[in-house]
Amino acid sequence: MVLVKIKLQEAGVAGQSGSPSRGRTRSGVDSQPEPSLVRKFLLSRGSSAFADRTFRGLMLLCAFSIFGIVALIATELVLRSQMSINKFGMAFFFRQIWDPVSGDFGALPFIYGTLASSFLALLIAVPLAIGLAIFLTEMCPRFLRSPLAFITELLAAIPSVVYGLWAIFVLVPILREHVNPVLAKTLGWTGLFSGPNFGIGMLAAGVILAIMILPIISSLTREVMTSVPHTQREAVLALGATRWEMIRMGVLRNARIGIVGSIILGLGRALGETMAVTMVIGNRPEIAKSLFAPGYSMAAVIASEFTEASDDLYLSALMEIGLALFIVTIVVNALARLLVWAVTRGTPARIN
Amino acid sequence: MAHRSNTSAANRIWRTIANHVATGLAVVSTILVVAPLVAIFVYLIYKGASSLNFAFFTQAPKPVGEAGGGMANSILGSAILLAVGSAIGVPIGIAGGIFLAEFGRGGRLANTIRFTADVLNGVPSIVMGIAVYSLIVLPQKHFSALSGGVALGIMMIPTITRTTEEMLLMVPHAIREAALGLGVPNWRSVLAITLKTASPGIITGCMLAFARVAGETAPLLFTAFGNQFWSANLNEPIAALPLQIFIYAISPYDEWHRLAWAGALVLIALIVVAVSLVRYVASRGILKGAN
Repeated sequence: MVLVKIKLQEAGVAGQSGSPSRGRTRSGVDSQPEPSLVRKFLLSRGSSAFADRTFRGLMLLCAFSIFGIVALIATELVLRSQMSINKFGMAFFFRQIWDPVSGDFGALPFIYGTLASSFLALLIAVPLAIGLAIFLTEMCPRFLRSPLAFITELLAAIPSVVYGLWAIFVLVPILREHVNPVLAKTLGWTGLFSGPNFGIGMLAAGVILAIMILPIISSLTREVMTSVPHTQREAVLALGATRWEMIRMGVLRNARIGIVGSIILGLGRALGETMAVTMVIGNRPEIAKSLFAPGYSMAAVIASEFTEASDDLYLSALMEIGLALFIVTIVVNALARLLVWAVTRGTPARIN
Repeated sequence: MAHRSNTSAANRIWRTIANHVATGLAVVSTILVVAPLVAIFVYLIYKGASSLNFAFFTQAPKPVGEAGGGMANSILGSAILLAVGSAIGVPIGIAGGIFLAEFGRGGRLANTIRFTADVLNGVPSIVMGIAVYSLIVLPQKHFSALSGGVALGIMMIPTITRTTEEMLLMVPHAIREAALGLGVPNWRSVLAITLKTASPGIITGCMLAFARVAGETAPLLFTAFGNQFWSANLNEPIAALPLQIFIYAISPYDEWHRLAWAGALVLIALIVVAVSLVRYVASRGILKGAN
């Protein structure tokens, strides 16, 4: 409020001061002009301290908005999911039934789908991401480094819905026609790759998720690896180690906590990823052993059924799934941040 | 003696092999990562460019079965939603960053806020969507562009807060001290000196946040909701580019698939331009003379 007033006064004074002051200098009148309101205000120490306090308070308020947002999300979700919490209790998370018609809800298929697709994604993405990070930090010729880093950054900037679009029209047909038959033939005996092959399903969701979380994991891993001091590398090399031994002993071992943190951060992203998964997971609330079978995830069920939720209990059940997703991602992200922070804290600014 | 040199030779060979295998694996994984990106881009440009035409940028969608039509209303809708989102997210985010960098430096409160912002960054956008739905849409009893903008704005705040803070921390102390030494009040020194010095970096951060929410679909599903017709009313459902891409992609019509690809190309082009601009500015040195 005070700030606004100050701004107004300033603007007013600036508006007036243009021509009269110039006129005065031309006519050579040397009597000191009356100091403007703003100048007086700026010169007086007391009010400037007051302005400082107000400014600080305003900034603090905006910074507190972050707490506000978290509190807001939490209260809204808890309030709206009250009906479902009261009706089903904790059993909500352990029941397989999802029957909107008779109003009977359980979230287990969605929890399973979210976990299965996310872990599948990690399984694919982690080795590739770490390999990429090693290549970029330790092996890459200098001229390739910046374009490759740029490309992986771009990969992170592509919106989820575009990944989904690509997955529907390119990835799913490739999986259906080329990859899945091979998997069924070679690994069909495990039961993980059997049954009807639609292309769409848990495997497709896992693959697209892996592509999406790769850049996050690899860029954070890279950051952690570059924060390992150079003396560590030099020390290991000086003992006669090959480059791989240097990376293994000098870099990876020092960076392992941070790498775990970045993997967990990727997990957090995978858990909450919505659009691309909704588009390829098949959207059927079932738990199947085969990865070819369609499934459902927590975010996907909210995305595709929320606007159809006709009665309050249905909406409330979806809200409760949202609440669970919120809590899980907060915990996962907090854990990841702490781990990354534990490693990168206290290191000086990166020297390239 | 001979025995020992034998094992050390074998050992050396083994270590060399391991070294080469590791190098090979790293190269292979790099290729495996870059391949899908190239595939996505090539396919997107191939499919999108063949569907782009003048009508795409000037017309609203036609009903099913009629050829032609475009996504102009979605582009307008996205622009309005992003304007509302930025109007909320940018000032609050920058102010939050100023607090973290200038007033709370090293304090427990600032650390907690910083940590919360990082965690909030990882909260799925769909959760933001349903929270805003129950906050604005349910009491109002209708979907609206305003609620969509609020959802996007909320998502921008933590990102902008963090980048602003990082940029402000790069401003050398001497500049602040010089300003204070001249008797400039602290709030003016922050706004006119520190913030101004860091402004290229802060603009970069805002652009990154902007690019990130520009492609968000999930929070708009239950707030902006989408609209097949022209609308610029903040109180009515509004179309958005990512939302329209989603609706078209899961539809069974070829004509709509074509439009989805064209829309995706436009969206990506916007984001890539933003990101490359950011990278260009960043590579030229955000803060001349810092450190």
